[in-house]
Amino acid sequence: MRWPAQMILGAALTALFLAVALLSLLWVPQDVAALNIAAKLQPPSPAHPLGTDHFGRDMLSMLMVGARSSIAVALVAVGIGLAAGVPLGLLAAARHGGWIDELVMRGNDLIFAFPALVIAILITAVLGPSALNAILAIGIFNIPVFARVTRGAALSLWTLDYILAARVAGKGALRISVEHIAPNILNLLIVQGTIQFSLGILAEAGLSYVGLGAQPPTPSWGRMLAEAQTMIYTAPRLALLPGLAIVALVLGLNLLGDGLRDLLDPRLRRRSA
Amino acid sequence: MIAVENLSLEIHGQPILRDVSFDLRAGEVFGLVGESGSGKSMTALALMRLLPHGSRLTGRATIDGADLTALSEPEMCALRGNRIGMIFQEPMTALNPVQTIGAQVAETLRLHCGTPRAKARARAAEVLARVGLPAERFGLDRYPHQLSGGQRQRVCIAMAIALRPALLIADEPTTALDVTTQAQILDLLKRLVAEDSMALMLITHDLAVVAGMADRLAVMQKGEIVETGPTGAVLAEMRHPYTRDLFEASGHRPDPGPAPQEAPLLELQGVTRDYPDARHGLFRRSAPFRAVSEVSFTLRRGESLGLVGESGCGKSTLTRAILGLEEVQGGEIRLDGERVAAGQHMPAHMRRKMQVVFQDPYGSFNPRWRVGRLVAEPFHLTGRPANAEARVTEALEAVGLRARDAQKYIHEFSGGQRQRIAIARALITRPELIVLDEAVSALDVRVRAQILDLLAELRARLGLSYLFISHDLGVVRAITDRVLVMRAGRIVERGATEAVFAHPQHPYTQELIAAAPVLPADWPQGRTGDAGALV
Repeated sequence: MRWPAQMILGAALTALFLAVALLSLLWVPQDVAALNIAAKLQPPSPAHPLGTDHFGRDMLSMLMVGARSSIAVALVAVGIGLAAGVPLGLLAAARHGGWIDELVMRGNDLIFAFPALVIAILITAVLGPSALNAILAIGIFNIPVFARVTRGAALSLWTLDYILAARVAGKGALRISVEHIAPNILNLLIVQGTIQFSLGILAEAGLSYVGLGAQPPTPSWGRMLAEAQTMIYTAPRLALLPGLAIVALVLGLNLLGDGLRDLLDPRLRRRSA
Repeated sequence: MIAVENLSLEIHGQPILRDVSFDLRAGEVFGLVGESGSGKSMTALALMRLLPHGSRLTGRATIDGADLTALSEPEMCALRGNRIGMIFQEPMTALNPVQTIGAQVAETLRLHCGTPRAKARARAAEVLARVGLPAERFGLDRYPHQLSGGQRQRVCIAMAIALRPALLIADEPTTALDVTTQAQILDLLKRLVAEDSMALMLITHDLAVVAGMADRLAVMQKGEIVETGPTGAVLAEMRHPYTRDLFEASGHRPDPGPAPQEAPLLELQGVTRDYPDARHGLFRRSAPFRAVSEVSFTLRRGESLGLVGESGCGKSTLTRAILGLEEVQGGEIRLDGERVAAGQHMPAHMRRKMQVVFQDPYGSFNPRWRVGRLVAEPFHLTGRPANAEARVTEALEAVGLRARDAQKYIHEFSGGQRQRIAIARALITRPELIVLDEAVSALDVRVRAQILDLLAELRARLGLSYLFISHDLGVVRAITDRVLVMRAGRIVERGATEAVFAHPQHPYTQELIAAAPVLPADWPQGRTGDAGALV
C-alpha cells in the first residue's frame, strides 16, 4: 500500500502538535502565568524564540499550552460525539422505520437547527464561561454528526446477507449491531472522527475568541488572537503566530482525514489504484 | 472486416489476454463464451480501449483498415459510439437516472454528427421505435426509473445502434434479465444484426444463449481462445476438453436422492404478505402492495422442493416469511408441526431446524471474521457445544474444505468455496430444512455443477430437505423432486418436476419454458444422454 504524500504531511503536522501538547504537560520554556511587563513585546531572541506578548509572557510557551487546551477540548468533544452518537445511530438503524428511529433522527434535526455558537452562548449563560462548557457545546454538536454517519452506514449493512444469516442464527439487534455492524463501520468513524477533530479545533478557537472558552489565565489560541487584535499594526506577530498554529493543525488534520478516507474507503481506493 | 490478431494484454505486468485472434463479419453474430475471469470482458474493453491504468496492449485489431491499438485517444473517442457500440450487463447502471431516455439517445447523435437538437430528437424517436419503444407508448421524456429492466436494456441498445455502427459489442446483455425478457432482447439483437448488417460480438457465460444466437463462436479460458469455429461445428465436435467440460456442466444433473417420506416438515396455509405502500401526504396511504397472496404448500421430510419465478414475483419475500424474518398478514406457517410466529421472536429450537444459504457469495459473510467463527455463528441457537471446533471441522469437511481453512478470512476464498462455507454454516446446527435462495445463481457453470453434486450428496447422507428457490429453470429441474411456479405473488402451477417441465399446464409456465434457451440435444454428435436437456 502506497501512502499519499499529502497524508504523510497531514500525519506529521498532527503528530507534531500532539507531541508539543504532551510536552507542555511536563515542560514549557517559561511559566505562562508569570507576567513581566518590563519584557513586553520583545522580538524573537535566544531566550524567547518567538518573542513575548504584551504582558511579557513567552509566546512559544503560550502556544504550547494553547495547543494542549485546544487539542484537549476537541478530543473530548469528539469522544462525547462518538460515545453518544454511535450507539444512537446503531439503535436508529436497528429499528429502521420505527418510532425510535424517528425520535433519534428528529432529535438530530433539532440539534442541527441551532448553530454551535448559539448553543455555546446558551450553555454559558446558564453555567458561566469555561473550557468545560466549550467541550460540552462542541460535544453536543458532534452527536448528530456521528449518529447520522453511523445510521447511514449501518442501514446499508443491515441489507447484507450476512446480517440475514445472523438473524437466522437467532441473534438479536443488539448483538448484531455490536458483533457485525460496529466493526464494519469503524473505518468510516475513524475518518469522520479526524474531520470532526479538526472542526473541534476551529470551534474551540472560535468560542475562546469570543470569550466563551478557556478563561484567563489559561492560554488558548482563540483568545490570543482576540487579545492581539488591537495590536495588529504594532505587533502583527502576536496575531500571526496563534493564527498560523490553528491553520497548520487544522490543515494537518484535514489532510490526514482525507488520506485516511482514500486508504480506507474501497470505492475510492479502486480509483486511485 | 474487423480483424483481431494476436491481441495480448498485461495489467501491471500480469498477463490477462494471450494471443487472442478472431475476426468479425458484417451481419454475423460472434459468440465469446467463458467463465468469469476468462478474459472475455477484457477482450471487449481492449477493443474499445477502455482499459484500466497500467495496461499494456499489443497485437492488432483493425476496423475499416484502422488499427485500434494504435489510435490516439481523441481518435478512439470519435470511433466509440459511432463505429463501435457497446451494451452492458446491468441496464440499471448503464443509464443516467436524471436524464430522459430521449436525451440520452439524442446525445450520441449530437456528439458525433453535430445534429441540431430538434433533429436529433426526431432521430432518437426513430431509433427507439426500432428497438421496440415507440414514442406513442414510451415518450422520449421518460426517465429510466419509469421503465422495466428489459425496456432499459432496449434504451441501451438504441444508444449503441443509433449511428449504425459496424460493430456492436454486447457484454452479457441478458444476464440480469428474466428468461422471458431475455428471449425478447435476444430476438431484437438478431433482427438488428440482419437489418443493419453489422457485426455483433456477444459475450456470455451461457452456452445455451450462444448456441441459439451465434453464427461462429470462440471459447475462452484463462485469457486464451481455446477453441473457435462455426457454432454448429464447435458444439458438435468439442475438440477441446474445456468446451466439453463447460457443455457437460451446463446440463449437469446430480444423482437423484432417496424418495422423500410422507410426513410433512414445512406447511404453509394461505400465507399473505402485504407491504404498506408509499405515503401520500401526512395521513393518506394508498392500498398496500400484496407481495405474496394466499400461498399454500407442503414440503415433505427429505424432499427437495423447487420454487420458480421471475424477479418481483414474491419468492424472496416468501423466503423471509418462512425464515421468520418478516411478519405475514394472513395465513399460517408450520415447521415440524410448530407454528412459525413470523416477525416475532422465534424459539431457538425451531430456528435450529431451518437454516439458509443466500445467493451472493460475497455479501454472505462478515469480512472481519475468520471462517471458523463464521461457520460457528449458528451455535448461538444451541449454545456452544464443548466439541464446537470438532463440529466446525466436520462441517467444513462435509462440504469439501479442510480443517485448517477455519483459520482463514473469507476474502481468501473463491465464489464457489464461499458458497461451500455458506452451506457449512447452514449445516452446523444439524438442521432438517435448508432454504437455498438462488444459492447457485451467481456461480460459474462448472462450479455450479460441483455445488449441485454436493447438495445432492448431503441430502442423501444427512436426510436433509431443501426448499430451492431460483429463477433458473435448468437448475431447478436438475435438483428438485417437485416444483412450484410462482407469479405475481401466487402459485400458478405445482407438481412433480419432470411432469411440470414436460407438460406445463399453466400458460405462464409454458411461456417460461419456451423462453429458456436450450442447447440442442443432438450435440455433441455421437453422444446420447441427457447432457443437452438443459430445460
